[in-house]
Amino acid sequence: MSSTAAPTVYVPCDSSALSLGAEAVARAITAEAARRNLNLKLIRNGSRGLYWLEPMVEVATPRGRVAYGPITTGDVPSLFETNFLAGHAHPFALGPTEEIPLLKRQQRLTFARVGVTDPVSLDDYLAHGGYRGLARALGMSSGEIVQEVTASNLRGRGGAAFPAGIKWKTTLDQTSKQKYVVCNADEGDSGTFSDRMIMEGDPFVLIEGMTIAAVAVGASEGYIYLRSEYPDALRTLTAAIDTATRAGYLGAEVCGSGKPFHLEIRVGAGAYICGEETAMLESIEGKRGVIRFKPPLPAIAGLFGQPTVVNNVITLASVPAILNGGGKAYNEYGVGRSRGTIPLQLAGNVRRPGLFELPFGLSLRDLIYDFGGGTASGRPLRAVQVGGPLGAYFPDSMLDLAIDYEAIAGAGGLLGHGGVVVFDDTTDLARMARYAMEFCALESCGKCTPCRIGSTRGVEVIDRIIANSERSANVELLRDLCDTMTAGSLCALGGLTPLPVLSALKYFPQDFGLPSVKGASIG
Amino acid sequence: MALDHLWDRAAVLAIVNALKHQPGALMPILRRIQDDLGWVPPASMPLIAEELNLSRAEVHGVVSFYHDFRHAPPGRNVVRLCRAESCQAIGAAALADHARKRLGIDFNVTSADGAFSLEAVYCLGNCACSPAAVINGELLGRVTPARFDDAIARLERR
Repeated sequence: MSSTAAPTVYVPCDSSALSLGAEAVARAITAEAARRNLNLKLIRNGSRGLYWLEPMVEVATPRGRVAYGPITTGDVPSLFETNFLAGHAHPFALGPTEEIPLLKRQQRLTFARVGVTDPVSLDDYLAHGGYRGLARALGMSSGEIVQEVTASNLRGRGGAAFPAGIKWKTTLDQTSKQKYVVCNADEGDSGTFSDRMIMEGDPFVLIEGMTIAAVAVGASEGYIYLRSEYPDALRTLTAAIDTATRAGYLGAEVCGSGKPFHLEIRVGAGAYICGEETAMLESIEGKRGVIRFKPPLPAIAGLFGQPTVVNNVITLASVPAILNGGGKAYNEYGVGRSRGTIPLQLAGNVRRPGLFELPFGLSLRDLIYDFGGGTASGRPLRAVQVGGPLGAYFPDSMLDLAIDYEAIAGAGGLLGHGGVVVFDDTTDLARMARYAMEFCALESCGKCTPCRIGSTRGVEVIDRIIANSERSANVELLRDLCDTMTAGSLCALGGLTPLPVLSALKYFPQDFGLPSVKGASIG
Repeated sequence: MALDHLWDRAAVLAIVNALKHQPGALMPILRRIQDDLGWVPPASMPLIAEELNLSRAEVHGVVSFYHDFRHAPPGRNVVRLCRAESCQAIGAAALADHARKRLGIDFNVTSADGAFSLEAVYCLGNCACSPAAVINGELLGRVTPARFDDAIARLERR
């Protein structure tokens, strides 16, 4: 960029940044520049995920991008006063963006471009390494692409952690003429927002990942099942799909390869259960989101009865980097059987909430205290729920657990989609257990009796425990009910709702009016 | 039904005809009706069923399954509060109590003057800025009772 060019200013269009006033900040910057007769180029980027600093404004300078945040409309005149367009000092100056410690400490593979580029600019995407993975895939055989994904040891980031390569291989091995790739973008777990950030901040990476999957397994059609709570993601994805189609990256022939891939978005209607893959397929088929019995696996008989690769947004968005850098390089990151990186999402009562993409293996304590800075309220941390509404509540004494699928499962929890919600000492875990049952009752698809009816009975039993009505008998009944739900439900909703309930009971019995336990620890 | 005069048969038919020629057409059709009309009129179900060659029971089954599809028109302003874990961890319960009092209605109720509907929602993906709310389609983060009151007062001044 020549020194006479208009300076470039970045203000995020990420919906969380907008929820904190980023739109008004962008308008104020434009207005103030006009008032001062200054030329500037305003780009609406995604969020870097450092939400305690949002709205975060960046300026491109000869020494790289520099950041200011959090910025309100009231701060805009002073930004101009201190000449932020040249990257000068300001009370809210954060220095060079890439040097912000909690950004620098991350290993951004999947989120490499999020917050950096203009999400809907294909040129920007290409200039930052986009579509290199697809270019490489188009020079490989189907088997070689699948092998590359297998070698990466990428596991499903939606929560089930099933190896993506095996899933793809199963669909590749089917002989049907019609196959599908379906992206599960029904990110319903409280405490998670990584799918949303990708779709709003770098939609082309998801499109590229789905295209690679389609080329690999021989699918000609793809669907993104997007939850209705994400209208900004819908707008961004729609624009990106249109652009990719016009540029020949989607459509009758992907990049002149002779292979077709048509991509369509289907918007959900507020049913948590549609994040379960078979319920999602039913919903795309225009039906109630009632889960299907497995087998057959969707990889063999999925959407409209045809072989279907179903992957989460983050799984698919990780594929371009794997194809570009090689599966082996991706596999270098991580610990044990949890390879690569995971975008961890830290939320709830935490001082620095945000998204941190890191190799597996960090402890929950380091995530919550080093990255998160402890509770927002400043009160002692009481509990942490890992893995969404179906994940366990852990006490502070267990925070040395490593963030790794097997380690968390070994402690009786699940890592799920990578969400970690922090609660302070004002939290009543009996009420949280009751809420888990209430949520299950609200969202059950109704297919399995233990989930459909057991959840309502669960609310009643917990109410009786709280009210000290035959407490010990009802605690026993609650355990028994949880057993029935775990063993008698087909999918994770009924099967895993007992996790938050029983972990609350185990680690926080005093909240249920029971004697407290000493020294709860890992195991 | 008493609400029948409130919906436009031609508008629904136009949506059905525009979207029916695709696999799994019922969901996109209901989605569009909900988005355009703000509800899915129960009396429109036989029409949709006939056009898609489905039974009324099938259409009713789908409409009643999904939380988004309203069975009655909403108020002029729709307030949705997130009540999921992350928001609960940092004030959602107190905010919910405040909102009920401020608006004078409970969740899933529209005020008698038709000014407000209050709805619960379970995660808006704004968990890093909890507690979250959506007021007339606009997402808000870190919603304190005071910030909530400001937003409502702005709507009442309109």
